[in-house]
Amino acid sequence: MAEIWRTSAPKQALRSAKHRVRGDWLPTLLVWGAVLLVTAVFVWIVGDIVRHGSGLISWEFLIDAPRNAGRAGGIAPILVSTLLILGVCMAVAVPLAIGTALLLAEFTSVENIFGRLVRRSLDVLAGTPSIVFGLFGLAFFSKTLGLGFSILSGGLTLACMVLPILIRSTEEGLRAVPHDYRLSAAALGLSRTTTIINLLLPAAVPGLVVGLVLGIGRALAETAALIFTSGYVDRMPESLMDSGRALSIHIFDLSMNVAGGDANAYASALVLLVLLIVINGAAVWITEHWRHRKIIPL
Amino acid sequence: MNDLNLHSGFRPWPALEDRPPCCEPQTFIHTEKLSVYYRDKPAFENVTLPINTGCITALVGPSGCGKTSFLSCLNRLTDLIPGCRVTGDIQVGAHDVRAVQTDVISLRRRVGMIFQKPNPFPLSIWKNMEFPLREHGMLNRAEIAHIVEQTLRDVGLWNEVKDRLHTSALSLSGGQQQRLCIARALALNPEALLMDEPCSALDPISSGVVEDLIASLRQRYTVLIVTHNLAQARRIADHVALFWVQNGAGQLIEYGPAKQIFETPREALTAAYINGMRG
Repeated sequence: MAEIWRTSAPKQALRSAKHRVRGDWLPTLLVWGAVLLVTAVFVWIVGDIVRHGSGLISWEFLIDAPRNAGRAGGIAPILVSTLLILGVCMAVAVPLAIGTALLLAEFTSVENIFGRLVRRSLDVLAGTPSIVFGLFGLAFFSKTLGLGFSILSGGLTLACMVLPILIRSTEEGLRAVPHDYRLSAAALGLSRTTTIINLLLPAAVPGLVVGLVLGIGRALAETAALIFTSGYVDRMPESLMDSGRALSIHIFDLSMNVAGGDANAYASALVLLVLLIVINGAAVWITEHWRHRKIIPL
Repeated sequence: MNDLNLHSGFRPWPALEDRPPCCEPQTFIHTEKLSVYYRDKPAFENVTLPINTGCITALVGPSGCGKTSFLSCLNRLTDLIPGCRVTGDIQVGAHDVRAVQTDVISLRRRVGMIFQKPNPFPLSIWKNMEFPLREHGMLNRAEIAHIVEQTLRDVGLWNEVKDRLHTSALSLSGGQQQRLCIARALALNPEALLMDEPCSALDPISSGVVEDLIASLRQRYTVLIVTHNLAQARRIADHVALFWVQNGAGQLIEYGPAKQIFETPREALTAAYINGMRG
């Protein structure tokens, strides 16, 4: 066999193959370099926050109210406000997103004019700076609807902000479901509603999860849109109509406006980071759990 | 010919007159001047076809002559295709399929469909069977269990899957998946089954198993099967309809008992196709 190979392989081909192998080091280096660079920046940021913040983290820090403009004390009311704002945001955004995504993916064709218009608008909205959403929230939710500076108005503004991401990724998830499922479900005489609830949505969960992770990340990190809508009162909120300060605003305030607040800003950033990981993990776990109860992938 | 018989698994064509009589001379599905257009482009035109109760009727012909579209009309799956227009009449049993008041869900329960590619849902084997039954209003667990076992036995799958009913249906082999899909349709107790090349995506052995299963459905169900495999049509069909593209649209060329089509075709085109000279 080796004999045949040696005699039948032209010398030139062998030489160029060797050449290719030698020429491979540059792309390899570039790819690995890019990966290392990105990872290094991430590790540096996280490392910096953990190094400066971990010393201050304690149970008291999580359950105390801030004192002395946040230089001392904890972040309990801020944590509660953040979670409430995120809760309002997701409670409004997720059902709306699923409904819109269903309309776009299941009830309009790709080339439908209305669908294209909605999709294009969503893409524009997804790229709109958050400060614009903030001004819109101030004008519409706070002033026109009279919600004032409140957690409700902040959550609703954030919902507008994350809706485009959620809708588009859920729609992609739905479109990725094989058309066969729809055909075979219809051929078995299953109603559209049943098909959607029991087959299409569970199968579209990966798309929804991507949207949730991106959406939660964007909502938790948001500062500009919330300054105008939920305000920055650092008292414990008593209802959704109270103003509440989100973690990201707290960090911004401590590091920009409060001299000597850097230490607590770092600690708050660390809490935000952990919160992001925990909430994302929980969201992924819940949706995947639901999916596995509905369908069994191979 | 005798040499071939030595090969295990080879089944010689039965002489066509040996076939057990199956057909009551009574039509179950009847189409009258049926045409389907996809955005003004005709898939097939003016097909008038009476399909007998309890028979296996094979639709044969080259690709693109509207056989699959014809099947999709009969359970109104064409409703799902944007830009699809149907004209003409379809009767299934005593019902007018195209009438506005027709309950599509119950129509599709009565007229099941099997696709070329086996398409079980990404659920467990058990759920694949149970889910459609539940949706059609059967809630008694014992009754469901009975039907599931019975239909899985009917398709010869019970012994293969009874110990792993709660594993994913997608872990089954292609042939098993196709038999599961047939069982899933049969569990709803349909009167007719539409099969769109049910064996063509399977390996030869699985294909043989599924073909035997289809042959065993004779008399109990009215079966309409699209096939590109003339030998298969010859083995299992009681009636054969030949479709062909003429003047840019699918047409019904000849329809009759399998014996007529394969041995004394009336149309020159049929003779040419059967003898492998065309198509």
